[in-house]
Amino acid sequence: MARVVIRSLNKKYDEFHAVKDVNLDIRDQEFVVLVGPSGCGKTTTLRMVAGLESITSGHILIDDTVVNELPPMDRDIAMVFQNYALYPHMSVYDNMAFGLKMRKFDRSQIGTRVQEAAEILGIQDYLKRKPRQLSGGQRQRVALGRAIVRHPRVFLFDEPLSNLDAKLRVQMRVELKKLHVRLGTTAIYVTHDQVEAMTLGDRVVVMRDGWVQQVGEPLELYNQPANRFVAGFLGSPAMNFTTVRLSRENGGLWALADGIRLKLPQTAASRLAPYADREVSLGVRPEDMRVAGAADPDDLAIDALVEVVERLGSEILLDVTVGGTTMVAAVDPSVVANMHDRLRLALNPERLHFFDSATEAAI
Amino acid sequence: MIEGARWRRWSFFYVPVTAFVIFLLFPFYWMLVTAIRPDRELYKPWSSPLYQPFWTLHPTFQHVHDLLTQTLFSTWMLNTMIISIAATLISLFCGLFAGYALSRLKFPFAGSIGTGIFITYLVPQTLLFIPLSDIIRNFHLGDTPWALILTYPTFLVPFCTWLLMGYFKSIPKELEECARIDGATRWKAMLFIVFPVALPGILSAGIFAFTLSWNEFIYALVFLSSPTEKTVSVGVTSDLVRGDVFYWGQLMAGALLGSIPVAFVYSFFVEHYVSGITGSVKG
Repeated sequence: MARVVIRSLNKKYDEFHAVKDVNLDIRDQEFVVLVGPSGCGKTTTLRMVAGLESITSGHILIDDTVVNELPPMDRDIAMVFQNYALYPHMSVYDNMAFGLKMRKFDRSQIGTRVQEAAEILGIQDYLKRKPRQLSGGQRQRVALGRAIVRHPRVFLFDEPLSNLDAKLRVQMRVELKKLHVRLGTTAIYVTHDQVEAMTLGDRVVVMRDGWVQQVGEPLELYNQPANRFVAGFLGSPAMNFTTVRLSRENGGLWALADGIRLKLPQTAASRLAPYADREVSLGVRPEDMRVAGAADPDDLAIDALVEVVERLGSEILLDVTVGGTTMVAAVDPSVVANMHDRLRLALNPERLHFFDSATEAAI
Repeated sequence: MIEGARWRRWSFFYVPVTAFVIFLLFPFYWMLVTAIRPDRELYKPWSSPLYQPFWTLHPTFQHVHDLLTQTLFSTWMLNTMIISIAATLISLFCGLFAGYALSRLKFPFAGSIGTGIFITYLVPQTLLFIPLSDIIRNFHLGDTPWALILTYPTFLVPFCTWLLMGYFKSIPKELEECARIDGATRWKAMLFIVFPVALPGILSAGIFAFTLSWNEFIYALVFLSSPTEKTVSVGVTSDLVRGDVFYWGQLMAGALLGSIPVAFVYSFFVEHYVSGITGSVKG
């Protein structure tokens, strides 16, 4: 059980500034997910916490102790790697026992702990096998088992599910969550998969180009993204963006663009007042659009031309063009729509996102 | 495998392979036939009416017997064995740590040091023996096994280092990182994780080093002179030709017996050896 505090953390390789001024406060028992596109510095950050990468500047504290110079073995952490990193010449039992042997636990205690971890993960039957005789999912469990036998203060996960096929990944994701609830160990989890981030994390840290973009609970990030990048990164299909001009007419604030003429609700209007007569980015999530009915007010709908209809069963994804912009709308499966149809799509006025065109920050 | 009609398989696979195998094995066959052929058949002129160069109807172990009793052949075998094993162990030891350091540790000039080691391997032995013989003389090592045990590593260490460097690079570094997080020091991670995983590569390097030492000729020829100190390769070619008389039966028997240990080492380790060359470690 531990708190992990990261203060002004930087990592520079010769020319490349990989991690820029990262600050994080990870609470005891918290499951924090670092997410971002490849090369965003998330793995480097994790490796610095593990002690596998030297720190250029800044501090990492585990339970109020600075661990910057501590070798990995003395940090009392456990890490699960993307390729599992199982020791190929050792049996599953020895793989799991290795860390305890290195820490000079006595035999009976090692046996108990390995057995206990094996039971939690359901791998008791494979203890004598070599890693190459196991399937991907089983290897993943052994890698997890090797981490949990030591009862470390912090778990570090480096894209542990990326090598599994889609179905198994969903299953292991659930098991990971259960495992965390059961053990309550502080965990830092790195992934590029926003679904994993949203489902696993107590809090999610979105990173880009070495900078932390936003830290928050999954739904907070989803509903109130701090900037256009976070808004576009989380959610599938991704948020739609288009450039609109804000203009004052008839006592209200309007968002105008080719094919778009929206009267902004009062709350948004007051926030956006300083941006009147300027261009901003409008963001709309696909699920915040629906096919407009007769009751929908005209000034909260947009004209769209259907390009592609993707019927997923639970919903329909309409790829449409609005003015010159391509958008995706997730609509009710009962909607009848065909290619080249012209539709009016009603927007949820409370869930419109606006971003400064220059800084990309949310308004 | 060649696909298609039977004639294609025969003409593009079986026939060429058979020809190749015959071509490669013929010297060994010739060695064997000559080694067991009685002298009266050996020295029969080729023009004689009953000349049968490719087989004999009167096989004899006389040459082998003479070789082991009347010459120093068994001493040479022992010398070669000791020298090869010692040189191999020294080279493996150095190669193992040098290869690990060059492939895993980050230190200044690691890359250029690696290249430098490789370049030393490229210096031909036929040139290197000249300065080396000077060194051997200054250290009074001439005509002792040490002359070879200490000079063979000049080409074996670079060889082992390069082979093992490549092998270490094929081992995912996460294995070692995981061990270090698990509580192992770098030293222990190397000993308990990296080296065992690299065992096929280490065996391959050892087999190659052993074979190269066993077959080495020029250093052994230059640095050793007394008949009791010689190795097989030099002893057979120098001491079994007395004056201008070639004792073909003994020569071939010596060559045959001399190649057995290498053949044995290869076949014994062939499984590891093959995987050492072709395989790597999957995560």
